[in-house]
Amino acid sequence: MSLGISGSEAVAETLPQPQKITEHAKGSRLAALVVSIFRTLSKVHLGGLLLAVLLSTPLFALFYEAIVGEGESFEYIKQTVLGDYIVNTLILVFSVGFLALLIGVPLAWLMSVCEFKGKSFFKWALVLPLAMPAYLVAYTYTDLLDYAGPIQIALRSWFGWQSPNDYWFFDIRSIEGASLMLALVLYPYIYLMVRASFLEQNAALTHAARTLGQSPLRCFFKVSLPVARNAIIASVALVMMESMADFATVHYFAVSTLTTAVYDTWLGHYDLGSAAKLSSIMVLGMFMLLYVERLQNGKKQTGADAKVSQQKLMYQLSTKQSIIAFCFCSLILIIAFVVPAAVLVGYALDYYAESWSTGIMTYAFNSILIAAIAAIAALALSVVLNFILRCRPYPAQKFSLKLASTGYAIPGTVMAIGVLIPLSFLDTSINEIAESFGMQGPGLLLSGSIIAIILAHLVRFVAIANKSVEASYMKISPSLDMVSKTMGQGGVKLLSKVHLPLIRKSALVASLLIFVESMKELPAALLLRPFDFQTLPTYVYQFASDEQLEIAALGAILIVLVGLVPLILLNRSIDSH
Amino acid sequence: MKKLVAIFLGLTCLTAVAKDSGSNDKTVNVYSFRQSFLIEPLLQQFTDQTGIKTKVVFAKSGLIERIKREGKYSPADVVLTSNFSKLLQLKDEGLTQSFQSAEIDQSVPAHFRDENGHWVALTKRVRNIYASKAKIANPSNLTYEDLGSADFDGKICTRSGKHPYNIGLISSFIAHKGEAATEQWLRGVKANLARKPQGNDRAQVKAIKEGLCDVSLGNSYYFGKMLTNEDQKPWAEAVNIVFPNQNDRGVNINVSGAVVAKFAPHSENAKLLIAFLASEKAQQAYASLNMEYPVNPNVEPSELVASWGKFKEDTLPLTQIAQYRQAALRLVDKVKFDL
Repeated sequence: MSLGISGSEAVAETLPQPQKITEHAKGSRLAALVVSIFRTLSKVHLGGLLLAVLLSTPLFALFYEAIVGEGESFEYIKQTVLGDYIVNTLILVFSVGFLALLIGVPLAWLMSVCEFKGKSFFKWALVLPLAMPAYLVAYTYTDLLDYAGPIQIALRSWFGWQSPNDYWFFDIRSIEGASLMLALVLYPYIYLMVRASFLEQNAALTHAARTLGQSPLRCFFKVSLPVARNAIIASVALVMMESMADFATVHYFAVSTLTTAVYDTWLGHYDLGSAAKLSSIMVLGMFMLLYVERLQNGKKQTGADAKVSQQKLMYQLSTKQSIIAFCFCSLILIIAFVVPAAVLVGYALDYYAESWSTGIMTYAFNSILIAAIAAIAALALSVVLNFILRCRPYPAQKFSLKLASTGYAIPGTVMAIGVLIPLSFLDTSINEIAESFGMQGPGLLLSGSIIAIILAHLVRFVAIANKSVEASYMKISPSLDMVSKTMGQGGVKLLSKVHLPLIRKSALVASLLIFVESMKELPAALLLRPFDFQTLPTYVYQFASDEQLEIAALGAILIVLVGLVPLILLNRSIDSH
Repeated sequence: MKKLVAIFLGLTCLTAVAKDSGSNDKTVNVYSFRQSFLIEPLLQQFTDQTGIKTKVVFAKSGLIERIKREGKYSPADVVLTSNFSKLLQLKDEGLTQSFQSAEIDQSVPAHFRDENGHWVALTKRVRNIYASKAKIANPSNLTYEDLGSADFDGKICTRSGKHPYNIGLISSFIAHKGEAATEQWLRGVKANLARKPQGNDRAQVKAIKEGLCDVSLGNSYYFGKMLTNEDQKPWAEAVNIVFPNQNDRGVNINVSGAVVAKFAPHSENAKLLIAFLASEKAQQAYASLNMEYPVNPNVEPSELVASWGKFKEDTLPLTQIAQYRQAALRLVDKVKFDL
């Protein structure tokens, strides 16, 4: 694909190192300064910044509200519950990250370097939970595990317990429950990214370690794990950000986090200023996560360049080990996917007559359309941003990439308003200009159409693409760029002939992930949709919010099914070398 | 490049479609806080009767913010809300227009509409106490105050204290008893909770059936909804519906209602729709389908709802109660009711 943007050609003349600039201007210091300013403000450079600013306008709009808004509720919340909210958020974010890590990394290792029966099935099946929206898993498990659910009722009748004081049972509607639910649907991020990293690792390293007499386990801890560090940290950071922005699950589980606080202040206290202030705390958290990740990236990665295709070292597991591996994989798959899917299918069968509606296919089409456009657009923007950073590795460009990624930590409803602020401003201006020429205005062209939903998804999920493409770019040796330029292939050609083929795989992975995420995303679509416009999640939510998930079960299954297709594709693409 | 062009073309077409569907004289655009399946049968009747098509956006939160941002080009004609505080917020933020209609004046009593015609209440709902048939012997004497007393230690279930229905109740408590007494009461209720506030009103009744708690707070129409649902009938049958405070101020009530949006492009149709919703025909449908109490005095509640008996309702004006909304929210935070 070609992703030419105007101005990229200007890159052709410069090599990637910024220090070269000074070489050109040996004449006078003043001239050097002028040249450097000129270069800094060149079209390409500005293009990158502009894109980043564009992607972060919803955020800036919110910050603006935070500053100008009165925010009187903020003081009050600070004095009463803010501390609890922050602590809860920290507990949630870290335990989701930790749990997902405990599930994702061992699975990734099993799938990339071990051989055992059933592996080929689990390899793709373990990605399936990603297609499950967290809120659906939460709904189904609450139905099952609640005090009034079938499991506890059965236990009570078996053991003759009378009241909740007679026994202890895991309280699903708790911060632990919420962490578990989120970890179950988010671990595939870690699994996928770390598995890809294990597969890309230079086999020579493991061979060497094994030759030096290290056990497979020590090899894993001493070689594979440290080399996969970047992938692990990047994926855990994604998982943590995703859980920070979650609203549906924590709200359903009655766990108060910062997202709940943002909702309360904005929709309860009618205080957008305070809500924006609280969101800023979350964005700060997001920046901290990104910073930690960058610290790690700063350390030199060993063997990253080495793309030597060698015979991989595979461990054939013994029967006992195979059984353990098999059980571990089955357990995760059953808890994270089979059980919730079975509950949904059960509901769909029981309530088929009520749940079938002809509209459902239209809703599915709407969802797919939005997800596809968001995925392609996010990828295109992210490639352009990363390419510009590659050609002009200045701090400003790095910052603009981070800036473009911050939307990920903003909960959907807040993002929806963030998107509405600039779009409705534009709409009003367009209408006023039209009217000043005596024409009839076009109405709410942007904020009243699906453009608003797409933009909200784009801003929220572009971080996934940024991360993936950035990681992939770091593996391309700068010498390739130099060679390419020496041969007169710079600018767009460098991008299309050298970079794109090399980052193709992670770009594909990123766009598929965005597609899946955007299929599941509820709040932005709910709030921004035009009249009589439904996506699958909004359709399901209508009933689920009234605790009548049964009736919407068919729609819920469709969300999962549509999400499965890209996931299976994605899984294949990681394996194909 | 081709793809980008394709995307742009696609988007342009879509906006054209989106825009096209917006302007039609025979339509009325509804922003609804109420689930669309609850109001769809009513809107269908309206369309059958008048030939005016209805278009709906449903969301539980954020619609007011959306109208505010859309400003004078907002396509919204009518906003339907599920509680009184949203009606008042719409008016206070200047998002409504005043309208007078003899029809509405006739079908809705004066205390259920704004004196300047900025909002109209359409249905009345009661905040009941649901009491376990097995555990609570003499339910008819219950008061909201009782829920804060030590007698109910570990026996109460409720949804989030910040839910508009509970905020409405707490506001009315402040209006009658003052903030300090309410705080003390709320701390008492919090201490008596069998579990952290969670779920919706129906889920609490389910918990009573399972023996997790003895009493819960819930709106009246849920009782009817449960009794007519095969799966939920056993829950409802485990409890008595109680109208508290019958010997003093009466039971707390709230209303659902409608406003005409300030910049409504089809304001005439909007007024027709609201007048229709207040008419006897629609009020009957509200009563029989949604088990709510009609505001139109000429319409009786459904047979099932009427069987719960007559009751004394709190007569303090809703606007007076609603001014304590902010204070109520703050109290919920202060006593950490939901945490």
